[in-house]
Amino acid sequence: MIRLQNLKKDYIVKGHKTPALRGIDLSIEKGEIFGIIGHSGAGKSTLIRCINLLERPTAGSVIVDGVDLTKLDEGKLQEQRRHIGMIFQHFNLLSSATVGENVAFPLKLAKRPKAEIDKKVKEMLALVGLEQHRDKYPAQLSGGQKQRVGIARALASDPKVLLCDEATSALDPQTTNSILALLLDINRKLGLTIVLITHEMHVIRSICDRVGVIDGGHIVEMGNVLDVFLKPQHPTTQEFVEQVADSSELRAAVAHEKASGERTILRVTFLGEQTYQPILFQTMQETGTVFSILQGTISRMKDTPYGQLVIELGGDAQQNRKAVDTLRQRGLEVEVI
Amino acid sequence: MGFTLKNIDWAEIWKGTQDTLTMLGFSTLFTVVIGLPLGILLFLTSRGQLLENRAFYSISSFVVNVLRSVPFIILMILLIPVTKMLVGTSLGVKGSIPPLVIGAAPFFARLVETSLREVDRGVIEAAQSMGASNWQIIRSVLLPESRSGLIAGITITTVSLVSYTAMSGVIGGGGLGDLAIRYGYQRFQTDVMVVTVCILLVLVQILQMVGDRLVIKFSRK
Repeated sequence: MIRLQNLKKDYIVKGHKTPALRGIDLSIEKGEIFGIIGHSGAGKSTLIRCINLLERPTAGSVIVDGVDLTKLDEGKLQEQRRHIGMIFQHFNLLSSATVGENVAFPLKLAKRPKAEIDKKVKEMLALVGLEQHRDKYPAQLSGGQKQRVGIARALASDPKVLLCDEATSALDPQTTNSILALLLDINRKLGLTIVLITHEMHVIRSICDRVGVIDGGHIVEMGNVLDVFLKPQHPTTQEFVEQVADSSELRAAVAHEKASGERTILRVTFLGEQTYQPILFQTMQETGTVFSILQGTISRMKDTPYGQLVIELGGDAQQNRKAVDTLRQRGLEVEVI
Repeated sequence: MGFTLKNIDWAEIWKGTQDTLTMLGFSTLFTVVIGLPLGILLFLTSRGQLLENRAFYSISSFVVNVLRSVPFIILMILLIPVTKMLVGTSLGVKGSIPPLVIGAAPFFARLVETSLREVDRGVIEAAQSMGASNWQIIRSVLLPESRSGLIAGITITTVSLVSYTAMSGVIGGGGLGDLAIRYGYQRFQTDVMVVTVCILLVLVQILQMVGDRLVIKFSRK
């Protein structure tokens, strides 16, 4: 659906060339939710704004649904942009227009007939659950409601792609979750391709299928969220994963245990159905090992349940080795720390 | 010598008031008609905006500054040949409108530019992302979003025009200012001057009040 090829963007700051993107290659499939995560200044905002050419890349091509946007003239580009919806961190609603008028805005720009606009506005407001707020002005709404208007507005012109530029960064955690749930719902109902950028791993974990980690203008790691999340390779990725995994706590605990003698500490990863089965308990019982849990998470990544426990084995060397082998045989990921 | 209103020629005052209102109405109209597009152009061609154009911006900005820095009373005199060319006379109500407009339009254009600058950049960007053309952005984003600022600008400009119309009395422009100068200054008829000043004061109060009300009515923030 979206293909970025060797995308580069340089900014000229006080006469100096400052590269923001240093050659991005990216392919996003139809119907997937692709997340791009990075620190501020990593280039993620520039990247997403290059997809609809709000920023014109210095080099490279941007192909959306088979059309290379960088080769289009202004009029054709405006036409193509109608197929790419976008929502923003600060919502960017027209403050002088009502909720209904905001949602109607892209359709008015496209000069659609009034009856069609009215019908579509109603439909969109129902989709985001704001039917009763049609005649209010944005200033009368909460942040979450404003973003819902933003989503309704972005979807009104039936786009093929929805770009989310830090769409939840200005919202509180609860509202963030409700907006994420809405995005996931829309992705499923409409089969819409969604590209989102964020600095919060929580957002990626909740709704994304694949993730790209951007750092210093490069994509440093990319893959299925599950893989990237459970086995982060690049230091930047590891940092982001720590956001949701309390790893600093773990390091302290491990250091404490290590200091107190020769112990076996394991990180055990459960995936899918395994998560809710008593594999750990059974294994320990069979091998006659005792264990204590130092740290652990049981959670869900989009739809996949997963668990990651750090445990300390308390048996003798032979028992411990046997326990590790048995856990591996039963399909768990075991890493000796 | 007690102050009395007995010696005032009320017909003359009424005529002056009408002339002032006529001048004010037309000059405000033309000031907006000329100043609004000029202000929009100034905004759009300034740095980082949709039609960024350094040469155009610098030149028009310079012209605007020159016109604004010449005191109105001098501008009026300098413009006499231009006024004659435009409306055939430099006297009376008709003759005072061109200098009023040329004096006020650059001022209003600056106010327009400032109001447009207040429009959230993100909203313009959102419109761009939806495929809006530049013209659609001006009409459907910039103007409605800056509506209350523009109304405030028109109010300020109209109030300034009230004092400009009074000044145009000096070169025979007609209206209340003319009256105040001819009677109050040249014939020492303080009573006429006091009355005209009072009328101007009431006029300014009304204009400002109406403007403020409209700003509140259209403000959505």
